[in-house]
Amino acid sequence: MTYSKSLEELRNTLENAIVEALEKAVNDLPVDVINALKKAYENEESEIAKAQLKSILDNVEIASSKRRPICQDTGLINYYVRVGCRFPLINKIEEIIVNATKKATLQIPLRPNTVNPLTGENPGDNTGRYVPVTHIELTESDEIVIDIVPKGGGSESMTILKMPPPGRGLAAVKEIVIDAVLTAGAQPCPPTILGVGIGGGADTAVYLAKKQANVRKIGSSNPDPVLDKLEKELFNAINELGIGVMGLGGKTTVLAVHIDYAHRHPAAYPVAVAFQCWAARRSTVYMDSKGYYRITQ
Amino acid sequence: MTVFRIQTPVNEEDIRRLKAGDILYVTGLIVTARDAAHRRIIEYLKSGKPLPVDLKGGVIYHCGPVVKKTNSKWEVVAAGPTTSTRMELYEAEVIEKTSVRIIIGKGGMGSKTAEACRKYGAVYTTFTGGAGALAANAIEEVVTVEWLDLGIPEALWVLKVRDFGPLLVAIDSHGRNLIQEVIENAMKKRNDILMKLGVM
Repeated sequence: MTYSKSLEELRNTLENAIVEALEKAVNDLPVDVINALKKAYENEESEIAKAQLKSILDNVEIASSKRRPICQDTGLINYYVRVGCRFPLINKIEEIIVNATKKATLQIPLRPNTVNPLTGENPGDNTGRYVPVTHIELTESDEIVIDIVPKGGGSESMTILKMPPPGRGLAAVKEIVIDAVLTAGAQPCPPTILGVGIGGGADTAVYLAKKQANVRKIGSSNPDPVLDKLEKELFNAINELGIGVMGLGGKTTVLAVHIDYAHRHPAAYPVAVAFQCWAARRSTVYMDSKGYYRITQ
Repeated sequence: MTVFRIQTPVNEEDIRRLKAGDILYVTGLIVTARDAAHRRIIEYLKSGKPLPVDLKGGVIYHCGPVVKKTNSKWEVVAAGPTTSTRMELYEAEVIEKTSVRIIIGKGGMGSKTAEACRKYGAVYTTFTGGAGALAANAIEEVVTVEWLDLGIPEALWVLKVRDFGPLLVAIDSHGRNLIQEVIENAMKKRNDILMKLGVM
């Protein structure tokens, strides 16, 4: 908790709070994810899968106690920002996020992961053209809330977008999801959290899928009864495939399936599927206009 | 599932003993190499240039570590595996021409690599993906680093390790490819599962 007077101080406080939250995100796995992994360990019967889950749980323990990154791929950093119109630094948010990302890369340290796709050049500080990935929503308050997600490249690479014939509806969604999981196989570091985005424009579907995979807590139920049922159905169906932890076989291929939707054009039915690896790292910074802040997971 | 402890350099006999599903712990030297390093290894092999590190009987680790430099000494902070499928393009040739014996990665490799493992006596093993802190715990020191011009994640990091593992033998030298078998079984279930979901 900090109290800041001047805008300059407020700015420093927010910058440091983001660095602190990133440190927490890369070193401490959120409790809901740890609990889901522990449950998977208890349910598992295959010796190989159990050994993999034991390595995962040991790793989580070591990372937290030694303050070391859970995974060496500290990801491309994704920020989901909800900022109040009356938050004093509303016009500086992007700048603050870029500075905090650079600082965190040096201090924690994070692996420098941003690469120019044309030249291969790596600025070395996890920033660059259009990155870190930052989504900003406006609210009416005087506060700011930032969900921070360092997302690994292995799971990101498995993201897909399909445009099935609209007439097929949810049947197409189910088929696309099952095929995405089969195609991804062991590559996104299962057990994963699966995010599905239905409808909207193509970009909306991908945004929703990624946000559902990245930000929503395991165990939270979907407020929409149709989607809630679909999530449970797909969760059971995917785990029946037997891909298992790291693709080595077993009962747990996904820890959760999270779905969201947007209204669509009558002629288009976008479906996106995004994966978050078991190392589903995230943290949240809340800060008010006076500089009081807290970090949660 | 038998547990083996192996010291580098590794000979062919040691490798032929290993079966898919066995667990392995490695002590000695391992060398990290990702896409860019593999590409350069192949270039060097083609033009007859000597590699900066001898891979004969050695271990290649698909990994781009997080490292820290304090008082001119490198320290590995986190070093879990990266997805191995990207190295499928190069690995068979690397196995054939360098006599490397153990590949460590995650996510599985294809039939070209599996065939090279069978023919030349090598294994592909997986370290639990994402377990970067656990891996770093088994690394005693950075012996040297080569090809740093490729960037930190892509460079060749020569690491001294003790009981590095558990590594699961996913491709053995007798023709088995565990992850491929699991995915093939999952594929066979596809239609039944879609039927249950009311799709077909």
